[in-house]
Amino acid sequence: MAQVASLTLLHNDDARPIIEAILADNPGVRVLDMPGCVKLDRDMELVVNRASVEERLGRTWDPQEIHLVLVSMAGNLDEDDDRFLVGWKH
Amino acid sequence: MAVKKLGLKQRYAHMTRGLDWETTYQPMDKVFPYDKFEGIKIKDWSAWEDPFRLTMDAYWKFQAEKERKLYAVLDAFAQSNGQTKISDGRYVNALKLFLTGVSPLEYQAHRGFAWAGRHLRGVGPRVASQMQSLDELRHFQTQAHTISQYNKYFDGIAEFRHMHDRVWYLSVPKSFFDDARSAGPFEYMIAVGFSFEYVLTNLLFVPFMSGAAYNGDMSTVTFGFSAQSDESRHMTLGIEVIKFLLEQHPDNLPIVQKWVDKWFWRGHKVLGLVGMMMDYMLPKKVMSWREAWDIYFVEAGGSLFQDLARYGLRPPKYSDVATAEADHVSHQIWATFYQYCHAAAFHTWIPDREHMDWLSEKYPTTFDKYYRPRWEMWAEMEKQGKRFYNMALPQLCQTCQVPMLYTEPGNPETICFRHSKFKGDTYHFCSDGCKDVFDGEPEKYVQAWLPVHQIYQGACGGPTVPDVLAYYRMNVGADNMDYVGSPDEKLWMSWQAGAVKAAE
Repeated sequence: MAQVASLTLLHNDDARPIIEAILADNPGVRVLDMPGCVKLDRDMELVVNRASVEERLGRTWDPQEIHLVLVSMAGNLDEDDDRFLVGWKH
Repeated sequence: MAVKKLGLKQRYAHMTRGLDWETTYQPMDKVFPYDKFEGIKIKDWSAWEDPFRLTMDAYWKFQAEKERKLYAVLDAFAQSNGQTKISDGRYVNALKLFLTGVSPLEYQAHRGFAWAGRHLRGVGPRVASQMQSLDELRHFQTQAHTISQYNKYFDGIAEFRHMHDRVWYLSVPKSFFDDARSAGPFEYMIAVGFSFEYVLTNLLFVPFMSGAAYNGDMSTVTFGFSAQSDESRHMTLGIEVIKFLLEQHPDNLPIVQKWVDKWFWRGHKVLGLVGMMMDYMLPKKVMSWREAWDIYFVEAGGSLFQDLARYGLRPPKYSDVATAEADHVSHQIWATFYQYCHAAAFHTWIPDREHMDWLSEKYPTTFDKYYRPRWEMWAEMEKQGKRFYNMALPQLCQTCQVPMLYTEPGNPETICFRHSKFKGDTYHFCSDGCKDVFDGEPEKYVQAWLPVHQIYQGACGGPTVPDVLAYYRMNVGADNMDYVGSPDEKLWMSWQAGAVKAAE
Protein backbone atom coordinates (compact mmCIF):
# COMPACT_ATOMS: atom_id res chain seq x y z
CA MET A 1 0.00 0.00 0.00
CA ALA A 2 1.35 3.44 -0.92
CA GLN A 3 1.95 5.60 2.10
CA VAL A 4 -0.27 8.66 2.19
CA ALA A 5 1.08 12.11 2.98
CA SER A 6 -1.69 14.45 4.02
CA LEU A 7 -2.54 17.98 5.12
CA THR A 8 -5.95 19.05 6.41
CA LEU A 9 -6.60 22.78 6.25
CA LEU A 10 -9.44 25.03 7.30
CA HIS A 11 -11.78 25.88 4.48
CA ASN A 12 -11.57 29.65 4.86
CA ASP A 13 -10.20 32.71 3.14
CA ASP A 14 -6.80 32.53 4.85
CA ALA A 15 -6.26 28.95 3.72
CA ARG A 16 -7.54 29.31 0.17
CA PRO A 17 -4.25 30.47 -1.43
CA ILE A 18 -2.45 27.63 0.36
CA ILE A 19 -4.98 25.07 -0.86
CA GLU A 20 -4.67 26.43 -4.42
CA ALA A 21 -0.87 26.32 -4.25
CA ILE A 22 -0.99 22.70 -3.09
CA LEU A 23 -3.37 21.74 -5.90
CA ALA A 24 -1.09 23.41 -8.46
CA ASP A 25 2.21 22.01 -7.18
CA ASN A 26 1.31 18.41 -6.32
CA PRO A 27 0.26 16.31 -9.32
CA GLY A 28 -2.14 13.54 -8.37
CA VAL A 29 -3.29 15.19 -5.15
CA ARG A 30 -6.65 13.91 -3.90
CA VAL A 31 -9.20 16.19 -2.25
CA LEU A 32 -11.63 15.20 0.48
CA ASP A 33 -14.09 18.03 1.16
CA MET A 34 -15.58 18.06 4.63
CA PRO A 35 -17.75 20.74 6.23
CA GLY A 36 -15.35 23.39 7.52
CA CYS A 37 -12.14 21.78 6.33
CA VAL A 38 -10.46 20.10 3.41
CA LYS A 39 -8.14 17.09 3.49
CA LEU A 40 -5.47 16.91 0.78
CA ASP A 41 -3.82 13.53 0.23
CA ARG A 42 -1.02 12.39 -2.03
CA ASP A 43 1.10 9.28 -2.22
CA MET A 44 4.43 9.66 -0.42
CA GLU A 45 4.83 13.44 -0.39
CA LEU A 46 2.92 16.72 -0.25
CA VAL A 47 4.55 20.14 -0.46
CA VAL A 48 3.50 23.75 0.15
CA ASN A 49 5.83 26.14 -1.69
CA ARG A 50 6.23 29.64 -0.30
CA ALA A 51 6.60 31.16 -3.79
CA SER A 52 3.34 29.58 -5.00
CA VAL A 53 1.41 30.83 -2.02
CA GLU A 54 2.89 34.32 -2.34
CA GLU A 55 1.98 34.44 -6.01
CA ARG A 56 -1.66 33.83 -5.11
CA LEU A 57 -1.71 35.88 -1.94
CA GLY A 58 -0.01 38.96 -3.40
CA ARG A 59 2.23 39.49 -0.37
CA THR A 60 5.17 37.81 1.34
CA TRP A 61 4.20 34.66 3.24
CA ASP A 62 6.12 32.88 5.96
CA PRO A 63 5.56 29.10 5.75
CA GLN A 64 5.09 29.08 9.52
CA GLU A 65 1.86 31.04 8.99
CA ILE A 66 0.40 27.69 8.02
CA HIS A 67 -0.01 27.10 11.78
CA LEU A 68 -3.03 29.41 11.72
CA VAL A 69 -5.03 27.22 9.35
CA LEU A 70 -3.55 23.74 9.72
CA VAL A 71 -5.97 21.18 11.16
CA SER A 72 -4.03 17.96 10.79
CA MET A 73 -1.21 16.27 8.95
CA ALA A 74 0.31 12.90 8.16
CA GLY A 75 3.94 12.33 7.28
CA ASN A 76 7.34 13.35 8.53
CA LEU A 77 7.63 17.12 8.46
CA ASP A 78 10.42 19.05 6.83
CA GLU A 79 10.11 22.78 6.99
CA ASP A 80 12.42 25.59 5.91
CA ASP A 81 12.14 29.17 4.66
CA ASP A 82 10.90 28.18 1.22
CA ARG A 83 8.56 25.28 1.75
CA PHE A 84 6.56 23.14 4.15
CA LEU A 85 6.72 19.44 3.27
CA VAL A 86 5.17 16.29 4.71
CA GLY A 87 6.20 12.89 3.41
CA TRP A 88 7.43 9.40 3.97
CA LYS A 89 10.60 9.49 1.82
CA HIS A 90 13.97 9.12 3.50
CA MET B 1 27.00 44.02 0.43
CA ALA B 2 23.87 43.07 2.33
CA VAL B 3 24.37 40.62 5.19
CA LYS B 4 22.66 37.33 4.33
CA LYS B 5 19.89 36.45 6.74
CA LEU B 6 20.10 33.14 8.59
CA GLY B 7 17.82 30.40 7.30
CA LEU B 8 15.08 28.98 9.48
CA LYS B 9 17.09 25.91 10.43
CA GLN B 10 20.15 27.92 11.51
CA ARG B 11 18.02 30.53 13.26
CA TYR B 12 16.24 27.84 15.22
CA ALA B 13 19.52 26.17 16.16
CA HIS B 14 20.91 29.46 17.47
CA MET B 15 17.74 30.19 19.42
CA THR B 16 17.46 26.81 21.10
CA ARG B 17 20.80 25.03 21.33
CA GLY B 18 23.23 25.36 24.18
CA LEU B 19 20.65 26.76 26.55
CA ASP B 20 20.98 23.86 28.94
CA TRP B 21 23.74 23.15 31.41
CA GLU B 22 25.06 20.37 33.60
CA THR B 23 24.10 21.08 37.18
CA THR B 24 26.90 21.29 39.73
CA TYR B 25 25.26 21.97 43.12
CA GLN B 26 23.27 18.77 42.75
CA PRO B 27 24.00 15.71 40.60
CA MET B 28 21.92 15.58 37.40
CA ASP B 29 20.29 12.32 38.50
CA LYS B 30 18.83 14.07 41.52
CA VAL B 31 17.58 16.99 39.46
CA PHE B 32 15.97 14.60 36.94
CA PRO B 33 14.99 11.64 39.11
CA TYR B 34 12.39 10.04 36.84
CA ASP B 35 13.98 9.62 33.42
CA LYS B 36 15.84 6.36 34.09
CA PHE B 37 13.58 3.96 36.01
CA GLU B 38 11.53 3.04 32.95
CA GLY B 39 14.61 1.47 31.36
CA ILE B 40 14.83 3.87 28.42
CA LYS B 41 18.40 4.53 27.38
CA ILE B 42 19.37 7.93 25.93
CA LYS B 43 22.91 8.39 24.64
CA ASP B 44 22.64 11.85 23.14
CA TRP B 45 19.86 14.27 24.00
CA SER B 46 21.17 16.79 21.46
CA ALA B 47 20.14 14.41 18.65
CA TRP B 48 16.55 15.53 19.30
CA GLU B 49 15.15 17.28 16.24
CA ASP B 50 12.10 19.49 16.46
CA PRO B 51 10.85 19.65 12.89
CA PHE B 52 8.53 22.58 13.50
CA ARG B 53 11.38 24.83 14.57
CA LEU B 54 8.98 27.14 16.33
CA THR B 55 10.68 29.61 18.64
CA MET B 56 8.91 30.97 21.68
CA ASP B 57 8.32 34.42 20.18
CA ALA B 58 6.76 32.90 17.05
CA TYR B 59 4.69 30.63 19.27
CA TRP B 60 3.21 33.57 21.19
CA LYS B 61 2.54 35.47 17.99
CA PHE B 62 0.61 32.63 16.35
CA GLN B 63 -1.27 31.62 19.48
CA ALA B 64 -2.38 35.20 20.11
CA GLU B 65 -3.67 35.40 16.55
CA LYS B 66 -5.61 32.14 16.99
CA GLU B 67 -7.19 33.42 20.21
CA ARG B 68 -8.25 36.72 18.63
CA LYS B 69 -9.99 34.86 15.83
CA LEU B 70 -11.66 32.39 18.15
CA TYR B 71 -13.03 34.97 20.56
CA ALA B 72 -14.36 37.10 17.70
CA VAL B 73 -16.40 34.07 16.63
CA LEU B 74 -17.56 33.32 20.18
CA ASP B 75 -18.76 36.91 20.56
CA ALA B 76 -20.59 36.79 17.25
CA PHE B 77 -22.17 33.46 18.18
CA ALA B 78 -23.45 34.79 21.51
CA GLN B 79 -24.64 38.09 20.03
CA SER B 80 -26.56 36.39 17.25
CA ASN B 81 -28.04 33.72 19.57
CA GLY B 82 -26.28 31.02 17.59
CA GLN B 83 -27.59 28.33 19.93
CA THR B 84 -31.05 28.78 18.37
CA LYS B 85 -29.70 28.07 14.88
CA ILE B 86 -28.12 24.66 15.31
CA SER B 87 -29.51 21.73 13.32
CA ASP B 88 -31.54 20.24 16.20
CA GLY B 89 -31.73 20.40 19.99
CA ARG B 90 -30.41 16.83 20.18
CA TYR B 91 -27.06 18.04 18.91
CA VAL B 92 -26.25 19.72 22.24
CA ASN B 93 -25.99 16.29 23.88
CA ALA B 94 -22.79 15.64 21.96
CA LEU B 95 -21.40 18.86 23.45
CA LYS B 96 -22.41 17.75 26.94
CA LEU B 97 -20.49 14.52 26.51
CA PHE B 98 -17.56 16.44 25.06
CA LEU B 99 -17.39 18.94 27.93
CA THR B 100 -17.83 16.36 30.70
CA GLY B 101 -15.67 13.68 29.10
CA VAL B 102 -13.03 15.33 26.92
CA SER B 103 -12.37 18.89 28.11
CA PRO B 104 -11.11 17.79 31.54
CA LEU B 105 -8.63 15.58 29.65
CA GLU B 106 -7.21 18.70 28.06
CA TYR B 107 -6.53 19.97 31.54
CA GLN B 108 -4.96 16.64 32.50
CA ALA B 109 -2.78 16.87 29.38
CA HIS B 110 -1.73 20.37 30.45
CA ARG B 111 -0.59 19.01 33.80
CA GLY B 112 0.99 15.95 32.22
CA PHE B 113 3.12 17.87 29.72
CA ALA B 114 4.17 20.37 32.37
CA TRP B 115 5.41 17.42 34.42
CA ALA B 116 7.04 15.55 31.52
CA GLY B 117 8.69 18.79 30.40
CA ARG B 118 10.13 19.30 33.85
CA HIS B 119 11.47 15.76 34.09
CA LEU B 120 12.97 15.08 30.68
CA ARG B 121 16.65 15.83 30.63
CA GLY B 122 16.96 17.13 27.08
CA VAL B 123 16.24 20.74 26.23
CA GLY B 124 14.48 19.96 22.90
CA PRO B 125 11.63 17.86 24.33
CA ARG B 126 11.38 20.20 27.30
CA VAL B 127 10.66 23.22 25.10
CA ALA B 128 8.17 21.23 23.03
CA SER B 129 6.47 19.89 26.17
CA GLN B 130 6.22 23.37 27.61
CA MET B 131 4.47 24.65 24.49
CA GLN B 132 2.13 21.69 24.47
CA SER B 133 1.35 22.19 28.15
CA LEU B 134 0.30 25.77 27.41
CA ASP B 135 -1.72 24.65 24.39
CA GLU B 136 -3.66 22.12 26.44
CA LEU B 137 -4.54 24.70 29.06
CA ARG B 138 -5.76 26.97 26.27
CA HIS B 139 -7.90 24.13 24.91
CA PHE B 140 -9.55 23.50 28.24
CA GLN B 141 -10.26 27.19 28.76
CA THR B 142 -11.62 27.83 25.27
CA GLN B 143 -13.83 24.74 25.43
CA ALA B 144 -15.30 25.79 28.78
CA HIS B 145 -15.82 29.35 27.47
CA THR B 146 -17.46 28.16 24.27
CA ILE B 147 -19.84 25.69 25.85
CA SER B 148 -20.75 28.14 28.65
CA GLN B 149 -23.00 29.84 26.10
CA TYR B 150 -25.01 26.59 25.82
CA ASN B 151 -25.03 26.24 29.59
CA LYS B 152 -27.26 29.33 29.78
CA TYR B 153 -30.02 27.37 28.05
CA PHE B 154 -29.46 23.61 28.18
CA ASP B 155 -29.23 21.07 31.03
CA GLY B 156 -26.44 18.66 31.89
CA ILE B 157 -23.55 21.10 31.48
CA ALA B 158 -23.17 23.13 34.67
CA GLU B 159 -21.54 20.47 36.86
CA PHE B 160 -19.13 19.11 34.26
CA ARG B 161 -16.03 19.32 36.44
CA HIS B 162 -17.70 17.68 39.44
CA MET B 163 -19.18 14.97 37.25
CA HIS B 164 -15.92 14.15 35.49
CA ASP B 165 -14.43 12.80 38.72
CA ARG B 166 -17.50 10.78 39.72
CA VAL B 167 -19.99 9.74 37.04
CA TRP B 168 -19.70 6.10 35.96
CA TYR B 169 -19.08 6.48 32.21
CA LEU B 170 -16.76 9.47 32.66
CA SER B 171 -14.33 7.24 34.52
CA VAL B 172 -13.50 5.75 31.10
CA PRO B 173 -11.74 8.86 29.72
CA LYS B 174 -10.62 9.96 33.19
CA SER B 175 -8.89 6.67 33.94
CA PHE B 176 -7.07 6.85 30.61
CA PHE B 177 -5.33 10.05 31.65
CA ASP B 178 -4.89 9.01 35.29
CA ASP B 179 -3.09 5.96 33.92
CA ALA B 180 -0.87 8.04 31.62
CA ARG B 181 -0.06 10.66 34.23
CA SER B 182 0.90 8.10 36.84
CA ALA B 183 3.41 6.53 34.44
CA GLY B 184 7.00 7.72 33.93
CA PRO B 185 7.79 10.64 31.62
CA PHE B 186 8.73 8.52 28.60
CA GLU B 187 5.65 6.35 28.83
CA TYR B 188 3.55 9.50 29.19
CA MET B 189 5.07 10.88 25.98
CA ILE B 190 4.34 7.65 24.10
CA ALA B 191 0.84 7.39 25.63
CA VAL B 192 -0.32 10.93 24.99
CA GLY B 193 2.20 12.40 22.55
CA PHE B 194 2.39 9.45 20.20
CA SER B 195 -0.53 7.04 20.62
CA PHE B 196 -3.20 9.56 21.43
CA GLU B 197 -2.10 12.67 19.55
CA TYR B 198 -0.59 11.10 16.48
CA VAL B 199 -2.51 7.89 16.00
CA LEU B 200 -5.95 8.65 17.43
CA THR B 201 -6.68 12.35 17.97
CA ASN B 202 -7.77 12.93 14.35
CA LEU B 203 -10.66 10.58 14.96
CA LEU B 204 -11.89 12.84 17.71
CA PHE B 205 -11.27 16.28 16.36
CA VAL B 206 -11.49 16.20 12.61
CA PRO B 207 -14.76 14.39 11.79
CA PHE B 208 -16.45 15.47 15.00
CA MET B 209 -15.59 19.15 14.57
CA SER B 210 -16.47 18.99 10.92
CA GLY B 211 -19.78 17.59 12.23
CA ALA B 212 -20.15 20.63 14.47
CA ALA B 213 -19.73 22.82 11.39
CA TYR B 214 -22.34 20.81 9.53
CA ASN B 215 -24.78 21.11 12.43
CA GLY B 216 -24.56 24.89 12.55
CA ASP B 217 -22.41 25.10 15.67
CA MET B 218 -20.07 27.87 14.58
CA SER B 219 -18.57 28.30 18.04
CA THR B 220 -17.62 24.66 18.57
CA VAL B 221 -16.15 24.18 15.14
CA THR B 222 -14.01 27.24 15.75
CA PHE B 223 -12.62 26.10 19.09
CA GLY B 224 -12.26 22.61 17.68
CA PHE B 225 -10.19 23.62 14.71
CA SER B 226 -8.33 26.24 16.72
CA ALA B 227 -7.32 23.48 19.14
CA GLN B 228 -6.59 21.15 16.26
CA SER B 229 -4.19 23.68 14.70
CA ASP B 230 -2.03 23.12 17.81
CA GLU B 231 -2.56 19.41 17.39
CA SER B 232 -0.39 19.27 14.26
CA ARG B 233 2.50 20.46 16.39
CA HIS B 234 1.60 17.87 19.03
CA MET B 235 1.50 15.11 16.45
CA THR B 236 4.94 16.15 15.29
CA LEU B 237 6.20 15.98 18.85
CA GLY B 238 4.65 12.51 19.20
CA ILE B 239 6.31 11.13 16.10
CA GLU B 240 9.60 12.77 17.04
CA VAL B 241 9.50 11.16 20.49
CA ILE B 242 9.09 7.69 19.10
CA LYS B 243 11.78 8.09 16.44
CA PHE B 244 14.17 9.57 18.98
CA LEU B 245 13.69 6.73 21.47
CA LEU B 246 14.05 4.06 18.79
CA GLU B 247 17.18 5.68 17.35
CA GLN B 248 18.88 6.15 20.70
CA HIS B 249 19.28 2.51 21.73
CA PRO B 250 18.10 -0.90 20.49
CA ASP B 251 17.10 -1.85 24.05
CA ASN B 252 14.35 0.78 23.85
CA LEU B 253 12.41 -1.09 21.15
CA PRO B 254 10.65 -3.74 23.31
CA ILE B 255 9.72 -1.13 25.93
CA VAL B 256 8.34 1.25 23.33
CA GLN B 257 6.49 -1.56 21.55
CA LYS B 258 4.78 -2.57 24.78
CA TRP B 259 3.67 1.04 25.36
CA VAL B 260 2.44 1.41 21.79
CA ASP B 261 0.39 -1.77 22.13
CA LYS B 262 -1.03 -0.72 25.48
CA TRP B 263 -1.88 2.88 24.63
CA PHE B 264 -3.36 2.10 21.28
CA TRP B 265 -5.76 -0.29 22.97
CA ARG B 266 -6.55 2.08 25.85
CA GLY B 267 -7.22 4.88 23.35
CA HIS B 268 -9.36 2.67 21.15
CA LYS B 269 -11.62 1.93 24.12
CA VAL B 270 -11.99 5.62 25.02
CA LEU B 271 -12.79 6.51 21.42
CA GLY B 272 -15.81 4.21 21.39
CA LEU B 273 -17.59 7.19 22.96
CA VAL B 274 -16.64 9.30 19.94
CA GLY B 275 -17.92 6.62 17.60
CA MET B 276 -21.27 6.88 19.33
CA MET B 277 -21.27 10.67 19.02
CA MET B 278 -20.63 10.47 15.29
CA ASP B 279 -23.06 7.69 14.43
CA TYR B 280 -25.92 8.49 16.78
CA MET B 281 -25.67 11.97 18.29
CA LEU B 282 -25.03 14.30 15.33
CA PRO B 283 -28.39 15.11 13.69
CA LYS B 284 -26.59 15.84 10.41
CA LYS B 285 -23.80 13.39 9.77
CA VAL B 286 -20.46 13.94 8.10
CA MET B 287 -19.11 10.41 8.01
CA SER B 288 -19.64 7.21 9.95
CA TRP B 289 -17.30 5.96 12.64
CA ARG B 290 -16.34 3.14 10.31
CA GLU B 291 -15.35 5.60 7.56
CA ALA B 292 -13.41 7.76 9.99
CA TRP B 293 -11.60 4.68 11.32
CA ASP B 294 -10.65 3.63 7.81
CA ILE B 295 -9.28 7.06 6.90
CA TYR B 296 -7.55 7.89 10.13
CA PHE B 297 -6.44 4.56 11.45
CA VAL B 298 -6.27 2.08 8.59
CA GLU B 299 -4.87 4.49 6.00
CA ALA B 300 -3.00 7.10 8.07
CA GLY B 301 -1.92 4.63 10.76
CA GLY B 302 -0.89 2.18 8.05
CA SER B 303 1.41 4.75 6.45
CA LEU B 304 2.88 5.64 9.81
CA PHE B 305 3.63 2.09 10.94
CA GLN B 306 5.06 1.26 7.52
CA ASP B 307 7.50 4.12 8.14
CA LEU B 308 8.33 2.99 11.69
CA ALA B 309 8.94 -0.60 10.55
CA ARG B 310 12.51 0.45 9.71
CA TYR B 311 13.13 0.59 13.47
CA GLY B 312 11.62 -2.86 13.99
CA LEU B 313 8.39 -1.44 15.43
CA ARG B 314 5.26 -3.28 14.35
CA PRO B 315 1.67 -1.99 14.28
CA PRO B 316 -0.09 -2.12 17.66
CA LYS B 317 -1.18 -5.55 18.83
CA TYR B 318 -4.91 -6.18 18.28
CA SER B 319 -5.20 -3.36 15.73
CA ASP B 320 -6.91 -5.93 13.49
CA VAL B 321 -9.43 -6.61 16.27
CA ALA B 322 -10.05 -2.89 16.73
CA THR B 323 -10.58 -2.43 12.99
CA ALA B 324 -13.14 -5.25 12.94
CA GLU B 325 -14.87 -3.75 16.00
CA ALA B 326 -15.43 -0.47 14.15
CA ASP B 327 -18.55 -2.07 12.64
CA HIS B 328 -20.03 -2.66 16.10
CA VAL B 329 -18.83 -0.31 18.84
CA SER B 330 -21.03 2.73 18.22
CA HIS B 331 -24.19 0.59 18.12
CA GLN B 332 -23.31 -1.33 21.26
CA ILE B 333 -22.41 1.78 23.25
CA TRP B 334 -25.42 3.90 22.26
CA ALA B 335 -27.67 0.94 23.11
CA THR B 336 -26.06 0.85 26.56
CA PHE B 337 -26.66 4.55 27.15
CA TYR B 338 -30.24 4.12 25.97
CA GLN B 339 -30.75 1.50 28.70
CA TYR B 340 -29.03 3.62 31.36
CA CYS B 341 -30.14 7.14 30.41
CA HIS B 342 -31.73 7.56 33.85
CA ALA B 343 -28.15 7.68 35.18
CA ALA B 344 -26.52 9.74 32.41
CA ALA B 345 -26.11 13.52 32.24
CA PHE B 346 -27.22 13.71 28.62
CA HIS B 347 -30.29 12.61 26.72
CA THR B 348 -30.73 9.57 24.50
CA TRP B 349 -33.23 8.70 21.79
CA ILE B 350 -34.11 5.91 19.42
CA PRO B 351 -32.84 6.61 15.91
CA ASP B 352 -35.71 7.41 13.56
CA ARG B 353 -36.33 5.56 10.31
CA GLU B 354 -34.21 7.90 8.17
CA HIS B 355 -31.35 7.66 10.65
CA MET B 356 -31.58 3.85 10.71
CA ASP B 357 -31.49 3.74 6.92
CA TRP B 358 -28.30 5.80 7.01
CA LEU B 359 -26.84 3.33 9.52
CA SER B 360 -27.84 0.40 7.26
CA GLU B 361 -26.06 2.06 4.36
CA LYS B 362 -22.91 2.76 6.39
CA TYR B 363 -22.89 -0.60 8.16
CA PRO B 364 -24.18 -2.99 5.51
CA THR B 365 -22.85 -6.13 7.19
CA THR B 366 -23.92 -5.43 10.77
CA PHE B 367 -26.66 -2.86 11.33
CA ASP B 368 -29.71 -4.60 9.85
CA LYS B 369 -28.61 -7.98 11.10
CA TYR B 370 -27.75 -7.20 14.71
CA TYR B 371 -28.82 -3.71 15.71
CA ARG B 372 -31.91 -2.54 13.82
CA PRO B 373 -34.13 -5.29 15.30
CA ARG B 374 -33.20 -4.20 18.79
CA TRP B 375 -34.10 -0.54 18.10
CA GLU B 376 -37.38 -1.59 16.53
CA MET B 377 -38.21 -3.73 19.54
CA TRP B 378 -37.41 -0.93 21.97
CA ALA B 379 -39.44 1.52 19.87
CA GLU B 380 -42.39 -0.88 20.06
CA MET B 381 -41.98 -1.21 23.82
CA GLU B 382 -41.96 2.58 24.16
CA LYS B 383 -45.18 2.76 22.17
CA GLN B 384 -46.78 0.32 24.61
CA GLY B 385 -45.64 2.44 27.53
CA LYS B 386 -42.96 -0.06 28.54
CA ARG B 387 -39.84 1.95 27.85
CA PHE B 388 -36.94 -0.36 28.77
CA TYR B 389 -34.51 0.74 31.50
CA ASN B 390 -31.74 -1.51 32.74
CA MET B 391 -31.77 -1.19 36.52
CA ALA B 392 -28.82 -3.52 37.28
CA LEU B 393 -25.43 -1.90 37.77
CA PRO B 394 -23.10 -3.20 35.07
CA GLN B 395 -19.90 -5.13 35.61
CA LEU B 396 -16.95 -2.98 34.52
CA CYS B 397 -13.70 -3.88 32.82
CA GLN B 398 -10.87 -3.51 35.35
CA THR B 399 -8.64 -1.83 32.77
CA CYS B 400 -10.69 0.45 30.51
CA GLN B 401 -13.65 0.73 32.93
CA VAL B 402 -16.17 0.37 30.10
CA PRO B 403 -19.16 -1.77 31.14
CA MET B 404 -18.90 -5.32 29.80
CA LEU B 405 -20.94 -4.56 26.70
CA TYR B 406 -18.58 -5.53 23.90
CA THR B 407 -18.95 -8.79 22.04
CA GLU B 408 -16.49 -11.51 21.15
CA PRO B 409 -14.26 -10.87 18.13
CA GLY B 410 -16.06 -12.51 15.22
CA ASN B 411 -19.19 -13.29 17.23
CA PRO B 412 -21.44 -10.29 17.88
CA GLU B 413 -24.04 -12.36 19.70
CA THR B 414 -21.87 -13.22 22.71
CA ILE B 415 -20.54 -10.77 25.28
CA CYS B 416 -16.76 -10.95 25.61
CA PHE B 417 -15.44 -11.81 29.09
CA ARG B 418 -11.85 -12.36 30.15
CA HIS B 419 -10.36 -12.67 33.61
CA SER B 420 -7.04 -12.85 35.45
CA LYS B 421 -6.09 -13.95 38.96
CA PHE B 422 -3.85 -11.73 41.03
CA LYS B 423 -2.98 -12.37 44.69
CA GLY B 424 -6.02 -14.56 45.14
CA ASP B 425 -8.55 -12.16 43.61
CA THR B 426 -10.23 -12.44 40.21
CA TYR B 427 -10.28 -9.41 37.91
CA HIS B 428 -12.56 -9.06 34.88
CA PHE B 429 -11.92 -7.62 31.41
CA CYS B 430 -13.86 -6.75 28.30
CA SER B 431 -11.20 -7.93 25.86
CA ASP B 432 -7.86 -9.65 25.35
CA GLY B 433 -6.28 -6.21 24.91
CA CYS B 434 -7.47 -5.01 28.33
CA LYS B 435 -6.44 -8.29 29.96
CA ASP B 436 -2.93 -7.94 28.50
CA VAL B 437 -2.62 -4.40 29.85
CA PHE B 438 -3.63 -5.59 33.33
CA ASP B 439 -1.34 -8.63 33.23
CA GLY B 440 1.58 -6.33 32.33
CA GLU B 441 1.14 -4.22 35.49
CA PRO B 442 -1.39 -5.81 37.85
CA GLU B 443 -0.12 -3.82 40.85
CA LYS B 444 -1.26 -0.66 39.11
CA TYR B 445 -4.68 -1.73 37.87
CA VAL B 446 -5.88 -3.42 41.06
CA GLN B 447 -6.03 0.13 42.42
CA ALA B 448 -8.52 1.29 39.77
CA TRP B 449 -11.42 3.42 41.07
CA LEU B 450 -14.27 1.50 39.48
CA PRO B 451 -17.55 3.43 39.78
CA VAL B 452 -19.78 0.39 40.25
CA HIS B 453 -17.53 -1.10 42.93
CA GLN B 454 -17.43 2.27 44.65
CA ILE B 455 -21.23 2.49 44.66
CA TYR B 456 -21.46 -0.97 46.24
CA GLN B 457 -18.83 -0.01 48.80
CA GLY B 458 -20.98 2.96 49.82
CA ALA B 459 -18.50 5.57 48.59
CA CYS B 460 -20.94 7.34 46.23
CA GLY B 461 -23.59 8.97 48.35
CA GLY B 462 -25.63 5.94 49.37
CA PRO B 463 -27.15 2.65 48.28
CA THR B 464 -30.00 3.79 46.01
CA VAL B 465 -30.00 5.30 42.52
CA PRO B 466 -31.32 8.68 43.77
CA ASP B 467 -28.50 8.77 46.36
CA VAL B 468 -25.91 8.19 43.68
CA LEU B 469 -27.42 10.73 41.29
CA ALA B 470 -27.41 13.31 44.08
CA TYR B 471 -23.73 12.51 44.65
CA TYR B 472 -23.17 13.11 40.93
CA ARG B 473 -25.05 16.46 41.33
CA MET B 474 -27.37 15.37 38.58
CA ASN B 475 -30.49 17.49 38.19
CA VAL B 476 -32.89 14.56 37.97
CA GLY B 477 -35.63 14.99 35.40
CA ALA B 478 -33.66 17.63 33.50
CA ASP B 479 -30.10 16.40 32.98
CA ASN B 480 -30.98 12.73 32.51
CA MET B 481 -33.59 10.57 30.68
CA ASP B 482 -34.82 10.68 27.09
CA TYR B 483 -34.57 13.75 24.89
CA VAL B 484 -38.24 13.40 24.05
CA GLY B 485 -40.12 15.00 26.94
CA SER B 486 -37.05 16.75 28.36
CA PRO B 487 -36.87 20.46 29.26
CA ASP B 488 -34.23 20.73 26.50
CA GLU B 489 -36.73 19.50 23.94
CA LYS B 490 -39.42 21.85 25.23
CA LEU B 491 -37.04 24.80 24.94
CA TRP B 492 -35.95 23.80 21.45
CA MET B 493 -39.55 23.41 20.28
CA SER B 494 -40.40 26.86 21.65
CA TRP B 495 -37.50 28.37 19.68
CA GLN B 496 -38.67 26.59 16.55
CA ALA B 497 -42.25 27.79 17.06
CA GLY B 498 -40.92 31.32 17.62
CA ALA B 499 -38.94 31.14 14.38
CA VAL B 500 -42.00 29.95 12.46
CA LYS B 501 -44.12 32.72 13.97
CA ALA B 502 -41.53 35.37 13.08
CA ALA B 503 -41.44 34.11 9.50
CA GLU B 504 -45.21 34.30 9.06
